[in-house]
Amino acid sequence: MREKILTFIEKNSRIDLKELAVVLGVDEALVVSELQKMEEEHIICGYHTLIDWDKVGIEKVTALIEVRVTPQRGMGFDKVAERIYNYPEVNSVYLISGGFDFMVTIEGKTLREVSQFVSEKLSPLDSVLSTKTNFILKKYKDHGTVMTELPKDERIQMIP
Amino acid sequence: MRDPLNKTIVGIQPSGIRKFFDIVNEMKDAISLGVGEPDFDTPWHIRDEGIYSLEKGKTHYTSNAGLKELKIEVNQFLNRRYGLSYDYEHEIMITVGGSEAIDIAMRVMLDPGDEVLIPQPSYVSYLPCAVLANGVPVVIELKAENEFRLTPEELEAAITPKTKLLVLPFPNNPTGAVMEKSDLEKIAEVVKKHDIFVLSDEIYSELTYLDKHVSIASLPGMRERTVVINGFSKSHAMTGWRLGYACGPRVILEQMLKVHQYAIMCAPTTSQYAAVEALRNGDEDVAAMREEYDGRRRYLMHRFREMGLECFEPFGAFYVFPCIKEFGMSSEEFATELLNAQKLAVVPGTAFGDCGEGFIRISYAYSLDNLKKAMDRMEAFIRELRKG
Repeated sequence: MREKILTFIEKNSRIDLKELAVVLGVDEALVVSELQKMEEEHIICGYHTLIDWDKVGIEKVTALIEVRVTPQRGMGFDKVAERIYNYPEVNSVYLISGGFDFMVTIEGKTLREVSQFVSEKLSPLDSVLSTKTNFILKKYKDHGTVMTELPKDERIQMIP
Repeated sequence: MRDPLNKTIVGIQPSGIRKFFDIVNEMKDAISLGVGEPDFDTPWHIRDEGIYSLEKGKTHYTSNAGLKELKIEVNQFLNRRYGLSYDYEHEIMITVGGSEAIDIAMRVMLDPGDEVLIPQPSYVSYLPCAVLANGVPVVIELKAENEFRLTPEELEAAITPKTKLLVLPFPNNPTGAVMEKSDLEKIAEVVKKHDIFVLSDEIYSELTYLDKHVSIASLPGMRERTVVINGFSKSHAMTGWRLGYACGPRVILEQMLKVHQYAIMCAPTTSQYAAVEALRNGDEDVAAMREEYDGRRRYLMHRFREMGLECFEPFGAFYVFPCIKEFGMSSEEFATELLNAQKLAVVPGTAFGDCGEGFIRISYAYSLDNLKKAMDRMEAFIRELRKG
């Protein structure tokens, strides 16, 4: 049941709980209690909105920053990650395999703001060896949703 | 000048509700629940295989009966899903949609004057195809109180010495009715007793919501007297690829292949390569779409209950078939009024046979958001009608 609820609300978190219960074919009380439990257990960590800021005309810059670090003795990467993710400018931090250690997403109003964060906050950290900043030029698809085109129903009414 | 036309074909009535749909297609802000094809696009990995086949220059004819690997996959699919088993070399052919298979199966099985039993409400092609094959269509009117299943009594009552073929359209468009194994067993007894054949149109077989679909061909003694028709349109959301198949005894399939060979040559090659991928790696897509349809189906039934609109719970395809008799209007009047008053398009039940009178077909091949808006409009419309 949990998987079904999660699969559904991952795509549509705004659905009315009564409707969700109908769609899944279970009692509303069950849906409510499961959701509550999953929120408490932090399985559900938040309900966010996917926004195409470009269309609002508000300037936003997002950068993906590759970060190489030296893990701290006894702490591994977690301590370093914490230093990085505590900055409110940081959107996401992933430990990854490959040529570098962390992938950090930063959102700012201008290129300058982001660059400044990297040069003044991120790079000077003791354990950070190097950074490489990649600015996002265009978002095509995010969270499984294509951003560049409106979905259109082009089916025609056959007889019948 | 002489009359250039064939009298049988001229005699076939064009669909009476074309005008209604012309209005629907013109109306800009209308919400339609009329379309009978999946709202999902074909899963990408299937489309990708089609594209890849083009890149590799697979742009030629295939053999008449279809790609060998596709026929093998069809057989394996039918086996793992419904326990059917065919000789892919002689008992399976790939067609241009299930529609072609319906047409040629009738042409191959009917002699002039042979009667074809067609349960209605049902898909609109059976009747004209029977006429085009010089058969005599005999309609069996299914009843709401039987949840639009075919009963052995109804079948028995329609059989005459001239009866040759029974069309079995389940899961059903437009009612959403399914035939369970116990229902089919009784039908099979009557079929065998009277030595008639079955054309089992199972195009919606992957879309059932109670139990797995049962094919009548899987029942004892039925394989040799059944042509199973299926395809990719509904299960894999591949309507535009125009790809279906027919399976049945070699003696029938050989003749069908002959007609297909002279009239069609072979089904579209690109589609066939895509379909191989659909059957090899598409089960999860089918399951996901089924799950999605099922949620919408439950939602619609819930809304009908709230509105107090009578509707038996359908367990197949992607249609519901609520009863609108309480409003004292014909199906077509109801649909027209609903379109005018609320800009909501549904299909009058009579489009699928006279016994569809008093019902409307609602398709749930639409997003939940769409269905929600549509049901709000429906509810407002019904409230007004009940005020009188």
